[in-house]
This record gives sequence, C-alpha cells and structure tokens, in this order.
Amino acid sequence: MPKELLKGNVAFAEAAIRAGCQAYFGYPITPQTELLEHMSSRMIELGRTFLQAESEVAAVNMVYGAASAGVRVMTSSSSPGISLMQEGFSYIAGSEVPAVVVDVMRGGPGLGNIQPSQGDYNQVTKTAGHGDFHPIVLAPSTIQEGIDLTVLAFDLAEKYRTLVFVVADGALGQMMEPAELPPMRETAPDRPAWALTGAGGREKNLISSIFLGADKLERLNQKLQAKLAEIAASEIRYEEFFVDDAELVLVAFGTAARVAKSAVQALRREGVPVGLFRPISLWPFPEERLYEISEQAKGFLVVEMNAGQMLQDVRAVVGRRYPVEFYGRMGGAIPMPEEIDGAINDALAKLDDSENKVPLEAGNGNVRNHV
Amino acid sequence: MVTLETTFDPTVETVVYERPESLADVHTHYCPGCTHGTAHRLVAEVLDELGLRERTILVAAVGCSVFSYNYFDVDACEAAHGRAPAMATGIKRVNPDNIVFTYQGDGDLASIGAAEIVHAAARGEKITVIFINNAIYGMTGGQMAPTTLIGQKTTSSPFGRDAALAGKPIQMAELLAQLPGTVYSVRRSLHDARHVIQAKKAIRTAFQAQVQGLGFSMVELLSSCPTNWGMTPAEALDWIRDNMIPTFSLGDFKVAPELESKKRRR
Repeated sequence: MPKELLKGNVAFAEAAIRAGCQAYFGYPITPQTELLEHMSSRMIELGRTFLQAESEVAAVNMVYGAASAGVRVMTSSSSPGISLMQEGFSYIAGSEVPAVVVDVMRGGPGLGNIQPSQGDYNQVTKTAGHGDFHPIVLAPSTIQEGIDLTVLAFDLAEKYRTLVFVVADGALGQMMEPAELPPMRETAPDRPAWALTGAGGREKNLISSIFLGADKLERLNQKLQAKLAEIAASEIRYEEFFVDDAELVLVAFGTAARVAKSAVQALRREGVPVGLFRPISLWPFPEERLYEISEQAKGFLVVEMNAGQMLQDVRAVVGRRYPVEFYGRMGGAIPMPEEIDGAINDALAKLDDSENKVPLEAGNGNVRNHV
Repeated sequence: MVTLETTFDPTVETVVYERPESLADVHTHYCPGCTHGTAHRLVAEVLDELGLRERTILVAAVGCSVFSYNYFDVDACEAAHGRAPAMATGIKRVNPDNIVFTYQGDGDLASIGAAEIVHAAARGEKITVIFINNAIYGMTGGQMAPTTLIGQKTTSSPFGRDAALAGKPIQMAELLAQLPGTVYSVRRSLHDARHVIQAKKAIRTAFQAQVQGLGFSMVELLSSCPTNWGMTPAEALDWIRDNMIPTFSLGDFKVAPELESKKRRR
C-alpha cells in the first residue's frame, strides 16, 4: 500500500477495520472523536457493527457483550472516559474475553483539558480496574507505529484472551503524518468454541466473572497470573536509540519519546554521550533490558508528559543503583527539545559530580527480583 | 360421578408435569416462597413452546437472580450491576439471529441501570427484558429500592420510605412505554394462579416481539420477597395484591399494532 497523509485517530480506526474488527462501540470525547466518526461511516459501509453508546459505561459493557459473542471488538476513548470504563475492563479481564481499547490521553485530573497528556500511564498499566489484572499496553510514538500496534493489539487480544490497550495522546490522535495502512484482512468466519452463539447441539456456554467460593476465585486468579507471567515473558517491546555507549540514557514513551529523540539526535551531533530507551509495551514493562542497560550506563533521565508515573517503574529497576532524574510537563503541555536539552545538561552535570551517585546498598545487587 | 378408582391405574405412568427443557436440572438458591422460581419456569416454558432454547442467550444481572445462568439451560453471561441491557445490546448487534434476553431485578434495572435500560429501549434494541419488581434489594439483605413503596420499612428506610426524603416509587413499565423504540411494555403479577397464567402470556408476547424483530420488549413482574419483607410466603403473595398493585397497576402500557393484530387473530 502506498503511504498517505493520515490523521492519527483516523489511522487507528482504519487499522482496526483492516485488522478485522467486526464491532465498535464508543462515545464521543475529545481528542479521540475522529476515531468514532471514522468508524461510524466505514463500519456501516462494510456491513459491520457500529454503535454510539449512551455513555462510556454502556460502551464498554457493549464491548463486553460482543466480545462474549466471540467477535473482534474495540472501543476508544480519552482519559475521563477510560476512568468510566474501568468497571467493564475488570469484568472483561475476569471473564477472559478479548477486546481492544484505544486511549487517546488528555490532561487531568478531573475534566482537565483536551490537550495531549500521558497522565493515564498508571491508570492503564496498573489500576485499570478492581482486582489483580493488567491489560497489555502498547504505546506508539508515530502514526505508522499506531497503525501497526493496533493490528497487533487484535492478535494479542485473541491469542491471550485478554484486554489490550493502544495508548496515544492528543498530539498523536490529532496530528497528520505519512503512513502506510495494512491490507484489508478478512473478518473471521467462525466464532471460538467458548463464544455465546446459542446452545444448539452442544453444552451451554457461560461467560462470567463471578466465582463465589474463595477456592474457585483463587484458582481463577492463579490462572490469570500465570497468563500475565507468560505475557510478561513473551510480549516485551522497546526501541533503543544510541543506547550502546550512552552515559546518560533517556527513558520516554509516546509523544514525549519523539521529542526526546530529537534532543538526543541533536546532542549526539555534538558528541554528547546520550541515548534513548523507548518502552513500546508499557505493560509488560521492559525491565530486564533496562536493567541490562543500567550495567553500562551511568545515569537515567525519564521524560514524561505527567508528574512522573513511568518514573516509578524505571526507579524500581535501576533507582537503587543509579540516579534517575526526571523531566515532566503536565496539564497538556508537551516538552520542547530545548527543555529536554536543559534537563540532559543538568543530569550530566550531576553525573560528573561523583558525590551525587547513589551508593549500591548491600543486598540490592539482585534488582531483578526486586521488581 | 367418576371415582378415582375407575380412572387411576397405578401401572400406567402419565406425565402431567415436568421440567421445561430450557430449565437446568438443578436446585435453585432462592428462598422458600420467592417467586423467582415461578418467573424462571414461565420464561423456560415460553422458550420451549416457541422452540427458541437453542438460539437463546441469557444476560444475567446482579441481584438475587445473579445465578439465573445456572438455572436456564441456554448460553449465558453475567453482566455488571445494571449493565445487562448494554451487554445484551453488544451481543444482539453481532448475533442478530440469536434471541437475547435480560433477567433483572428492580435495584439493577430501575436504579443503577436506569440509563442502560432507557437507552436500550430508546434505540429499540431487539431484546426482551424480564423485570422482577419486588420493591426491595433482595440479595444485599433488604435495602430500599427505587420501587420501594411509600411507608415501606427496609433496612435502609427503617422509619418507612419517606417521599420527602427518598422520592416516590418509579413505575418502569409506564416509563419505558413512552419511548418510541419500545414495542411491548406491560406489568403483570405473580401473586396467584390466574395472574401467573396472564404473566406467561405476556412473556410469550414479549419473546414473539423479538422473534418478529419488532423492537424492545419488557415484562415487569410483581414478585414476592418473603424473607426481606418479613412475611410468610402466603402473606407475601397477599401483600403484592393488597399493597403493590395499588402503586404498580397491572396493565399493557405499550403494545405494538403488529402484536395486537396477532392477538386478535388468535
């Protein structure tokens, strides 16, 4: 397919359609609304299911229903809407049905604003609903990557019967970039054996997240944890940029990583030993690779469009050993390359001053087990 | 006069009553005297008679009927509290050939799920809703519901429901009848045999509305909760008649012409 100039929200929607998405349920919220709008015409043209729900709460429960019927289904929203959908995420996780969610993050807390933000990092990776579960969380930093990860999201959701998030932000949702869409896949002709299709000629199927006996619910949780462990072992994704000989490694995802990459590129031209480590899977977080990098780097600088949420994950891996500096903007602001330059210079200056190095404490050599 | 001796032959077995195929062969957890069992049986008989069991999907709700998926022998799922109409919408939209019904109580449908039921009806979702109104939250132990009667004592309205404090009971069958997507909205009672037979006819019409693809159909069933009302089963049935029906009048609040004409033909 040739490259075309595509708006992020439209590209994510069209990628989902081409990945074989059979049903979409959503609710308008800026800055993701173009995704819903694109679905409202294309899904109908293709004879697939589109429905604008009365709320995000209803939308996610419609997704839960369609997922229980065994079709490829998706919803999309932005931060406050994702908060409302948490009830459904937890039920979907407990019932082990596959579903895809695109979160085009905006500034919070509260009604916040409609500017780009990464304030949902904790919400999507750690607190997506009550109980013990994590969705797989994929964070693109370009529109092309958003397309590719949306397609991947459907495959992973089905493979693991789990919830998969693609998290962008208002900038990625609203901007236009040249990108290539994948070819149209056929939608699946058959439903999985576990799906609700009517108990004709077979035992009845049940989709449920209720297990009243503590023993039964613990068994479900053990099964979910085993699945999460398998995902954590198999679905780590990240990008490295000039990391090999970097003394200072920036860690950033999504839009913040784009800006960080520009800053690193400019400083490398001047011979400054900086690099960028960009987690693509935010859950599972690429902690092993980050730990390996920490064996050769001297310090870390986390850049985010929030108050330091991924920062905690980076600190959990390398923070007891090395200084982890942070530069963040909040409230919908995007850091400029010059600001990141300044933060890099400050971090490098601190590295030069060996007094500031955090001593390796006894018993902390085995950081891998710590995280 | 025909005597029993002349008609009854103990060597010949005659089936006079059996479990509908759409009901599973299990014991229920419902309290003695609760009319959930009656409502389950009526729905199952209708599914059998219309030949729908093999293509029916139940969306169970949160409340005393939370385990209804164990009692019906059909494909089923368990929705979040109040969200059964949304989950049913998701299923019916991708499985238009299935018969999808929700089975919800009054706390679920009229309180936490008020938005979902209203919009499912407004869109004319081709689903059937069996709505059990017993004027109380049963599963959590007898708290005030939106349907609790004025003056009715519950564990969260210990002095009796006060309209000035908690408003007045919601009449859902009348409310949903106002919406253009609703093709069938009626209220029946399960307090005696005559009314049970009328309730079954209504349930049958509600499922026929879905088979015909007409739109949203709902049957509200006035039901007893002897445990949380603090009554014997017999007293509870009388209480429906004497106290609930004056607030929740029985009747047809919306019947689409397609359903009426069919009725007349019969």
